[in-house]
Amino acid sequence: MNAIPAPILLMENISVDFDGFFALTNITLSLTPGDLRIVIGPNGAGKSTLCDTIIGRVRPTAGKITFKDKLITDLPEQEIVRLGICRKFQTPGVLPTLTVFENLLVSAQKDRSWWRSFTRSSRVTEILRAEEIMMQIGLQERRDVFAADLAHGEKQWLEIGMVVATDADLLLLDEPTAGMGPQDTQRTAKLILSLLGRHAVLVIDHDMSFVEALNGYVTVLHQGQILKEGSVAEIRADPEVSAVYLGRSDDDHIIET
Amino acid sequence: MQPKYVIGVIVLLSGTAAPFIISTYELSLLGRFLALSILAMGIMLTWGEAGILSLGQGVFFGLGGYCLALHLKLEGLNLANGDMPDFMVWSGVSKLPAFWYPFASPIFSLVCVVIVPGTFAAVFSWLVFRRRVGGVYFALITQALALAFSTLLISQQAYTGGFNGLTDYSTMFGESITTTGAAKVIYWITFVLVVGAYFFLRWLLASRYGMMLRATRDGENRVRFLGYDPVPYKVIAFSIAAMLAGVGGALFTLHAGVVSPALVGVVPSIEMVVWVAVGGRNILWGAIAGTLLVNFAKDLISSALPSLWLYGLGTIFIISVSFLPAGIAGIFRAGSSEDRIVRRFLTRRKLSSAE
Amino acid sequence: MQESAYLLGQVFNGFSVASLFILAALGLALSFGLMRVINMAHGEMLMLGGYLAYMTLQVVPGPLGILAAMPVAFLGAAILGGILEWSVIHRLSARPLDTLLATWGVSLVLQQAARNMFGAIGVEVVAPTWLNHTVSVDSGFFKGLDLPFTRIFILIVAALVLGGIALVLNKTRLGLYVRAVNQDRPTAAAMGVNARRIDLLVFALGTGVAGLAGVILALLGPVTPTVGQSYIVPAFLVVILGGLGSLVGTTIVSIIIGLFTALIEIFVDVSVAQVLLLVFVILFIQIRPQGVISIRTRALEG
Repeated sequence: MNAIPAPILLMENISVDFDGFFALTNITLSLTPGDLRIVIGPNGAGKSTLCDTIIGRVRPTAGKITFKDKLITDLPEQEIVRLGICRKFQTPGVLPTLTVFENLLVSAQKDRSWWRSFTRSSRVTEILRAEEIMMQIGLQERRDVFAADLAHGEKQWLEIGMVVATDADLLLLDEPTAGMGPQDTQRTAKLILSLLGRHAVLVIDHDMSFVEALNGYVTVLHQGQILKEGSVAEIRADPEVSAVYLGRSDDDHIIET
Repeated sequence: MQPKYVIGVIVLLSGTAAPFIISTYELSLLGRFLALSILAMGIMLTWGEAGILSLGQGVFFGLGGYCLALHLKLEGLNLANGDMPDFMVWSGVSKLPAFWYPFASPIFSLVCVVIVPGTFAAVFSWLVFRRRVGGVYFALITQALALAFSTLLISQQAYTGGFNGLTDYSTMFGESITTTGAAKVIYWITFVLVVGAYFFLRWLLASRYGMMLRATRDGENRVRFLGYDPVPYKVIAFSIAAMLAGVGGALFTLHAGVVSPALVGVVPSIEMVVWVAVGGRNILWGAIAGTLLVNFAKDLISSALPSLWLYGLGTIFIISVSFLPAGIAGIFRAGSSEDRIVRRFLTRRKLSSAE
Repeated sequence: MQESAYLLGQVFNGFSVASLFILAALGLALSFGLMRVINMAHGEMLMLGGYLAYMTLQVVPGPLGILAAMPVAFLGAAILGGILEWSVIHRLSARPLDTLLATWGVSLVLQQAARNMFGAIGVEVVAPTWLNHTVSVDSGFFKGLDLPFTRIFILIVAALVLGGIALVLNKTRLGLYVRAVNQDRPTAAAMGVNARRIDLLVFALGTGVAGLAGVILALLGPVTPTVGQSYIVPAFLVVILGGLGSLVGTTIVSIIIGLFTALIEIFVDVSVAQVLLLVFVILFIQIRPQGVISIRTRALEG
């Protein structure tokens, strides 16, 4: 058997306790560089908490998280980001009064120290990178439009673009297709697949057609625990998963709150 | 030449020539209000561009004003001889308090006019922002600050002149500051500083810092999760606004010949926000125009019908905030994409997303 | 007077000041929890309560006048609060900072109106004789301790109001709705709760309580157009430290701040006490920025 490449992200026995409510219990999960992981689960399964825990918005009550062999469990959020993890949020977190281009430029900035922000211009490489990503997410026509004026789907793409622009090695995409029609969903799937290799991507979603289009390794969360892991086909075929999740696909459209 | 440059040149020329055009009284008012407009530009920076509402700008205005006033009270006194400012003698103070001594130097005082408010604002806002306390909370804390500051000034009568403040100055750098000639010079200094502050802020807002500041206002956490620390951007904006308020306070003290707690407390601090709300919180010249407009109106109305003015002020506030969020300057920009975005941003947050 | 008695007297004072803070801050905190807005004209609801007490006593003199004044002040302030919510606050509630400013405009107008109607100097409400007693300790460890009846009365009123509100929040359908909207407005609305009406009712309830507090203020000193201002800034600080719309948090912080001011004034004068209070608030934020009682939120920008 070939040696498994060293994981870029390793979560070991992570538990999160919200004042007595166990949002996550004993989660162990690893991700190799450039790889795709899809996390699904019914409402309240702890999917968003999983993301929150990785980026330091929620601190685990037990367990440890290592990223690129570095313990990140106690680092401040911006330090975690600077190590190379970036997250897209559930409700699009674009910057509304900045233009599409500015949104990407803020994200592509290599030097994030405030004391050098007084110089007028960004580096050429950063500008080019922002332009390149604008093409990739298909918003080149909307370059100078304020993010607030974008359609919902465009905002989702812009935020994916922003996350990509940080050149993070690990991207966490929390419900990137929320509120999208089938066509846009497929387009988003293509966009995400094009990111693999350069970035490891962890996607959280509800939409099974989207999950099938991505066709990656799936982790099913249920009540804060890992229920099953496997390929999309295996998960599809699993009776236990169907019982807790797929059987209730009628409330898929309800966005977790 | 574009119309806006023509307007700019006209404003600069008439501003420079004002001492020869308008009466001494009007000039003194204009000078005072221009001094206030420096502070108002600072409010535009923090409130409009950074989304930080401070209800305590009077504190920084006061710090600047008092720093200069301490010197003006000492000017011409022989300290080695045991001379003391008049009000201390009346209060029965036997020896000049130690913290007054350095202010005998005009240079030290002028430096303090900027440094004291700036440093205080930096420390204060860093302590609050680093714990991610902002928005309404920050506004209320700054209001408590304004209250504490003005109460403290009043109660420490022997050191600060108490309720009456510090008044009755005669010279600075050995020159009389009460003559009409001096009034003109002080006016020109004020005008130059207003223009300087205007172009400094234009540069600042066009810089990458300006973009980051707006980004922080739009989504502090988004910026944080893009790997930035938003705190320094906010602290810097707040400190710059405080320094501008300090400069405004010092100039106002020179023009008015007095600085007192009545100018720095809770009510005057909120009034300062009205000027900017009326003029336009996102547009620099709007802050200046709003300050001049509201203050000239106040001067006209309050001398004739004082009670009407308070009704008026309250109503102006309700109306401008409710119906004209982009202020008067917004009317001129109505329909432009910039104006649309301001309105959109102002009305963006629905309750559902503010949870 | 013994030192122990003096100290206990200050502690007692602290609790009665805390009672006023509770009554003044309760409405602010409840509405803040629901709508994330602060009503800067809340202090004027205290003032209104004071003037309504004064007017009621003109009509109903005698020992029970003050008891009659309480429902009058409650209703008067609640109605005005309702109008304010409906006309200004509701329209601006998506913009918390603008609400702050607009309601401050309202506060100015109300103060000026009071000045025109009742004069700037203020009116006196004479406390009924049954409140004019003092409980004195004549012997023992606390010899010399005086407990004025008015202050005991304040404590009782605050306790009753607090108990009443807690009962409403925890036992009634309205309370259930309030808690639901508090936790998750969209879901509550989707379940058929009329969130709009809840906002209005809670706001009116809160301003009504402030009106009650105004009656009590009238017992302590003259009612002036700016009487509310002196209590409103500490009440704002209570809301900040209490945690989002929390009844328990508001109560705890009111007591902390009440005791803090009463005890610190043993050593320093009132103005320095104010500065120290602010220092205390900033230190408190360093330790617990989310307030005494916190709720977790999922939204990116809270």
